[in-house]
Amino acid sequence: MTVVRDDPGAAGEAAGNVPTATIRFTINGARKIAEIEPRLLLADLIRGGTGLTGTHRGCDTTNCGACTVLVDGVPVKSCTMLAVQVDGRSVTTVEGLAGPSELHPLQEGFKAEHGLQCGFCTPGMMMAAKGLLDRNPDPTEEEVRWALSGNLCRCTGYQNIVKSVLWAARKLREADGSDGS
Amino acid sequence: MTETQQRPRALDEVKIGGMGASRKRVEDDRFIRGKGRYVDDIVLPGMLHMEILRSPLPHARINGIDTSRAWQIPGVRLVLTGEMLATRNLAWMPTLSYDTQAVLATDKVRFQGQEVAAVIADDPYIAKDACDAIEVDYEPLPPIVNPRQAVEPDAPVIRDDKQDSNVIYDWEAGDQAGTDQAFAQADLVSKIELHYPRSHPSPIECCGSVADFNRATGKLTVYMTTQAPHIIRAAVAMVAELPEQNIRIVSPDIGGGFGNKVPIYPGYVVSILASILLEVPVKWIEDKTGNLISTGFARDVYLRGELALKRDGTILGMRMHTDADHGAFFADAQPSKFKIGLMHSTFAAYDVPYAHLTARGMYTNKAPGGVAYRCSFRVTEAMFFQERMIQAAAGDLGMDQAEFRRRNFVKDDDFPHRTPLGFLTDSGQYAKCLDVGLKAIDYDNFRREQAEARKRGRLLGLGISTMTEPLGAGNSREYDILGIKMFDSAELRVHMSGKAIVRTGARTQGQGHETTWAQIVAHELGIPAEDITVEEGDTDTAPFGMGTYASRSTPVAGAAVSMAARKVRAKARRLAAHLLEVSEEDVEWELGRFYVRSAPHQGVTIQECSMAAYSNMPDGMEPGLESVAYYDPPNLTWPFAVYIATVEVDPDTGVWDVLKVVAVDDCGVRINPMIVEGQIMGGLTEAYAMASMQFITYDADGNCVGSNYMDYLLPTAWETPGFELHSEVVTPCPHHPLGAKGIGECAAVGGPAAFVNAVMDAVAGPGAPGEGVRNIDMPLLPDRVWEALHQRRDISGAPPVRTDA
Repeated sequence: MTVVRDDPGAAGEAAGNVPTATIRFTINGARKIAEIEPRLLLADLIRGGTGLTGTHRGCDTTNCGACTVLVDGVPVKSCTMLAVQVDGRSVTTVEGLAGPSELHPLQEGFKAEHGLQCGFCTPGMMMAAKGLLDRNPDPTEEEVRWALSGNLCRCTGYQNIVKSVLWAARKLREADGSDGS
Repeated sequence: MTETQQRPRALDEVKIGGMGASRKRVEDDRFIRGKGRYVDDIVLPGMLHMEILRSPLPHARINGIDTSRAWQIPGVRLVLTGEMLATRNLAWMPTLSYDTQAVLATDKVRFQGQEVAAVIADDPYIAKDACDAIEVDYEPLPPIVNPRQAVEPDAPVIRDDKQDSNVIYDWEAGDQAGTDQAFAQADLVSKIELHYPRSHPSPIECCGSVADFNRATGKLTVYMTTQAPHIIRAAVAMVAELPEQNIRIVSPDIGGGFGNKVPIYPGYVVSILASILLEVPVKWIEDKTGNLISTGFARDVYLRGELALKRDGTILGMRMHTDADHGAFFADAQPSKFKIGLMHSTFAAYDVPYAHLTARGMYTNKAPGGVAYRCSFRVTEAMFFQERMIQAAAGDLGMDQAEFRRRNFVKDDDFPHRTPLGFLTDSGQYAKCLDVGLKAIDYDNFRREQAEARKRGRLLGLGISTMTEPLGAGNSREYDILGIKMFDSAELRVHMSGKAIVRTGARTQGQGHETTWAQIVAHELGIPAEDITVEEGDTDTAPFGMGTYASRSTPVAGAAVSMAARKVRAKARRLAAHLLEVSEEDVEWELGRFYVRSAPHQGVTIQECSMAAYSNMPDGMEPGLESVAYYDPPNLTWPFAVYIATVEVDPDTGVWDVLKVVAVDDCGVRINPMIVEGQIMGGLTEAYAMASMQFITYDADGNCVGSNYMDYLLPTAWETPGFELHSEVVTPCPHHPLGAKGIGECAAVGGPAAFVNAVMDAVAGPGAPGEGVRNIDMPLLPDRVWEALHQRRDISGAPPVRTDA
């Protein structure tokens, strides 16, 4: 590996002496070590540090949910979580929903039910939905709406997003049923 | 060549993904994988990051800016102020409405959130630190937060850089004398005054750009959030004085636009200048506060409306005066000829013999406009005002809301119909749509239930909104932006194997062009939609077009796709005649295939013609199978819609719940019904948002209230009601090649009045406890509804916002 960076000179070195922290974490199954500024936000670690740009930044105030990822399986808005907080933990992003050339039922469901338009909120919606389906495989429409109420969409009016999640829940249950029998 | 003696089975258009197929979207494949490519996903080697310092004050003189501390922060590469831009004549830029706008403030700041300085640094965190280190010496001036303050005699002049008053324009349309006469003959004049609050399109993705100037080639490439890349190229050529062939604007995937990404913002301009100065790529990504506080808002118009009525319910005349709050710079993105957009499309659905519209625009110390928010240039205000005036008039006459509308609709056999303010509507079945809507909401039963409920103290309400709106500007005779005519374009290249690529001058932001344009080609040529790639947004490859906004893509660019395909078909016919060894006149077309008229079993497919275009063309024929079409629509398209909402208002809290929403949209022929319904549901949700919670206001000190998602409320899946959509009525557009009309914005335009009329019906309808209240301004927040009910007075929502102090 080759790393070349600017030499700020002695004075600059002192002024620019930013403290760093080293963290170890897992992202979509891959183990990583990162040397980061303690103030770095998780969303920026994911987007800039690992190059996984499916996690989007929308509002920076934990309102829109475009940056939703799973941390140890729990939906988290990564724009207001510090990256150092995932030290020793496991992060799943939209890119980790399914393996290469596969689609997760949520991904299939969003396409089948026209659950997206511009696509910007979609990864966050799917991750929030995954958080729900992992703990409640058979949600009612009301439960889906409540679970997604931390995620904003400006295009679809939500009806088809809700349908997409119910579609995925059905498919996941069917798959479980056939595996079990 | 087909050798069988049997005529092959005709292609099933729906199966090949043609017109009318609810084809699943092609673009979804990347979005569901997190593989979209939005502007913030673009990373170029050596790229630096830009942040903007914004003014905390709404109106202040700048006595000095000290950037020295910012320069000292390691990693800072450039600090720019207005003064530095002025040396390059870039401190001000032209707007799309023939005004000027400050890029970085020099003399004064004129609204809270205005761009004052910019820092370019190694990473965005450092750039932000450096912005905090800039010291600006402000001398506060009194702020103006509404147009009435703007015209008070001692009002401070906001644009002292160019004029000595705060009035931007005085504009009128219609027949004043005729209208005066109509009012003189009226049995009754119905009046209403209200304010359509300032709103913000607020796509989830904010604005941003990555500017990449290459000194070695002289080429400037800008990746940016724009709905209209070619307009940007023209503007950059003008502002940056670069030759147009050296400017490449790329609009990558856009995370929602709704009109917010049409105007040209200072951030784009400064990032371009920074890249030119530093000769490295510079990325600027706005944060949510920057987006909400400084970029293209919409509405903020005050209405004084009057209808001259006969006792029998006939409308004799209409008078409307509007005062519009444009903020500190007149930066509306709209056809240049019309100062208040297409406000004069109001009452187009009604047979009103005389009308007169006067409109004034004023500068205030608020963010400048983009103005179209899911709306064809102010038609949202035009239709909301219309439907609030209609509701008030029916109430004043004591007439049924549905009956009053039906009586005054333009009739089916009255088309083409010249509206009193100058438009030409061309088609529609208004009464039929209304009947479908009334049946779906079970109108008569609801009225009975409502009367019963009222006896028990429950407040039910029903609101109707019916409207036709002009979508799809041009024609180019009347519609231009800064002189650039409003047509659009498409280029179609059919490859040797019969696969194809389509490019247009539009730019999808969720509307699904990558799916529907292929369906249009499939319809025209019989090439399966899956064999067709659609590409938009790169000015180096796309033909010149005016972009996607104002529901103009299907009416204009979609028509261009159709015309480009027809040109290809005309050439393919000549190839077919050659292959079939007959004359062109003897060749007939059916979907995907030419055949010999006298021998239908002898034919060639469009794919065989494509192959011949590159391998076996007749002597003298130009090789290849490509076309470009520029489409200048003869008229706007006029979809019609009926939106009906029922609500229940809690008299103790003012909270209202939506019981049912019915939408009847006649948008002509639907290319992809699934996508059309998606657009309608999205529009209805934004209508509900505006009616119930979403607005931007200002306090008396000029502070913006609504500059982040904690203050600017948007409905979630939890609040958003369900919608019942109806597509039974189809009146094809008489001039569009496919019979299609615009649809993307109808529900956001017509929807708000349905919700407001429903709440007003519950609160102040015949026999209701708030009877006599004429208006509650949007959004219908519970406290406003409660006050209207309990204090029996109109509730204004106009700024400055009320505070408890």
